[in-house]
Amino acid sequence: MSSLADNTSANVAAAKAGAEDTIRRGPPVEVVRYGIGKRINHWVTAISLILLLLSGLAMFHPSLFFLTDLFGGGQMTRWIHPWIGIVLFISFFILFAQLWKLNLPNRDDVKWASQIGDVLGGHEERLPELGKYNAGQKFIFWGMAALIIVLIATGIMAWEQYFGLLTSIPTQRVALLVHSLAAVAIILVFILHVYAAIWTRGTISAMTRGTVTGGWAWRHHRKWFKDMAGRGRIDPAE
Amino acid sequence: MANTMDSPRTAVSNPPVQPMETNLTQRDLIRRSATSELPQPERQLTPVAKLIDVSKCIGCKACQSACVEWNDTNPAIGENVGVYTNPHDLSADMFTLMRFTEWVNPETDNLEWLIRKDGCMHCADPGCLKACPSPGAIVQYSNGIVDFVHENCIGCGYCVKGCPFNIPRISKTDHRAYKCTLCSDRVAVGQGPACAKACPTQAIVFGTKEDMKKHAEGRIADLKSRGYANAGLYDPPGVGGTHVMYVLHHNDKPHIYADLPDNPAISAVVQTWKGATKYAGLAVMGLAAAGTILHGLFAKANRVSKHEEQEAQEAVDHADKREEDA
Repeated sequence: MSSLADNTSANVAAAKAGAEDTIRRGPPVEVVRYGIGKRINHWVTAISLILLLLSGLAMFHPSLFFLTDLFGGGQMTRWIHPWIGIVLFISFFILFAQLWKLNLPNRDDVKWASQIGDVLGGHEERLPELGKYNAGQKFIFWGMAALIIVLIATGIMAWEQYFGLLTSIPTQRVALLVHSLAAVAIILVFILHVYAAIWTRGTISAMTRGTVTGGWAWRHHRKWFKDMAGRGRIDPAE
Repeated sequence: MANTMDSPRTAVSNPPVQPMETNLTQRDLIRRSATSELPQPERQLTPVAKLIDVSKCIGCKACQSACVEWNDTNPAIGENVGVYTNPHDLSADMFTLMRFTEWVNPETDNLEWLIRKDGCMHCADPGCLKACPSPGAIVQYSNGIVDFVHENCIGCGYCVKGCPFNIPRISKTDHRAYKCTLCSDRVAVGQGPACAKACPTQAIVFGTKEDMKKHAEGRIADLKSRGYANAGLYDPPGVGGTHVMYVLHHNDKPHIYADLPDNPAISAVVQTWKGATKYAGLAVMGLAAAGTILHGLFAKANRVSKHEEQEAQEAVDHADKREEDA
C-alpha cells in the first residue's frame, strides 16, 4: 500500500511539473501529451521531411524541377538532399526510441482497424477504448520507420559524391527505383499523417503547445486518460 | 562546298579555311533531357559516326593524347600496375581509353591482344539522357551526337545509372558529368573528332554514318578473307544503333573486348524508374493530396463534443474523490 502511495506522490510531483502524460486540472481539463523534447524532435523531423520532399520531387519529375530554385539551384539541391536525409534519419530514430513501445500493436488495434468505417464516420463510441495511440497512428509510426530505413539505405547507394563506388551500377539502378517508390509511399503516409491531424480537430496543439483538451483525450484515447487519472497523474488543486 | 555541307565527311582532310557558322545549335536538338515539349528541329543534319576498327589499332594511344589536348583535360599521372591500360579507367578528365585485353582464342590456342578504344557510343536511344532529371543537361543533335551541357548539370549521377556502357564520370572538382562529346565543337565547324584526326593507322575513321557502314563492309570482307569468320560491325540495335561503331574481328562475342556488352540496352530498371514510376507516382501523390483536400472541404470533421469535455472533467473529479477516500 505504501509503495502505491509513493508512486502516487511521484505522479503528483510529475503532474505538478507539467510532465508528459499528466492531467492539468484546469478548468478546463487539459492533458500534457508531448514534452518539449519530443516536440522539438518531431518538428526537426517534420521540417527535414518537407525539405526532402521538395528537393526530392524536384529531381523526380521534370515538371517539378523548378523546386530546385528553393534550394539555390540544381547543384545545391543535389548536394543538400542527402544531408537533410541524414538529419531526418537521426532525428526520427531518436523519436522512434522513445515511442516504439507504445506503438506495439495489440488486440484493440485489430478491432479498430476492422471498424475503420466507424472511425471515419465519427462513431468512436462504437470502438474500443484506446491507449495513447490508435492503429492508424501506429501504422503511420511503423510505416515511417520502415520507409525511412529503406530510403536511407537506398539513398546512400545513390549518393554519387561519396558512395558512387560503394555498390555496382546495376545495384544503384535498383536502389534508385526503390528509393523513388519508397519516396512516393512516404509522401502518401505523410499526407495521411498531416490530414489525420487536421481532420481530428484538437490534435495539432499536442505538437505545438504539447497539450490536448481533456475531452480530446476522453474521446480518442480514453484508456490513456483513465490510466493517468487512475494513477493520480493530476496536478494538485490550487 | 564546305560551307553548304552540314557535317564533315572525314577527319583526315584539313578543315575548311573559310569561316563557318557553328551548326550544332538549339534548333538542331532532337532530344533534350527532362524536357517534354521540344520544338521539331527545322532541319535534319546528316547523321555522322565514328568507326573504330579494332583490328587496325596498334594501341599507341595517340587518340587519348589528342583527346586530352583538344578537350584540355589533365588526367592525373597514375601508377603502373602491370597493364597497358593507362589511366586505369575513364574519368572526368579522360573521355576515351584504350582497353587492353589478353585473350587466348580457344579455337587456335593463340594469344590475341585485343585493344578497344572505350568511350561514349553516342546511342540513338541514350540511357543517360533518359535518366537525367535536369532540363537541358543532356542533349541529342539530329546528326546523332549526344552531348552534356555542363552548366545545366546538377551532378546527381543519374546518367551513370542510365548508361548501358558505363561511360559518364562525375568530376570530383566541379561535380558535373563528363564524357566524349564526339568533338561536337569540332564537328560543328566542319572538322572531324580529334582522336580520328590523330590516329596513325586510321583505325579510327569518321564520316557520315552511311559512309562508315560502307567502309566497315569493306573491312569486314577483308577480315573474313583472312580467316576471321565472325568479323562484323558493332552497331547494337538494343540502343537504336550507335554513332560510334566498332569493327570487331570476333563480333559474335563482343564481351571479350574488355566487357563490351553483347546486347546493350537501357536497363529495364531504369525504364521503370523513369517511365511508370515517374508518371504513376506523381499521379498517386497528386490524387492523395487532392482527395484529402476534398475530404477536408466536404466531409464532417471529427470534433470533440462539449459532452466529452464534461465527461473528462467528471473523470478527474471522480479520481480526486477516490484519492480523498483513500
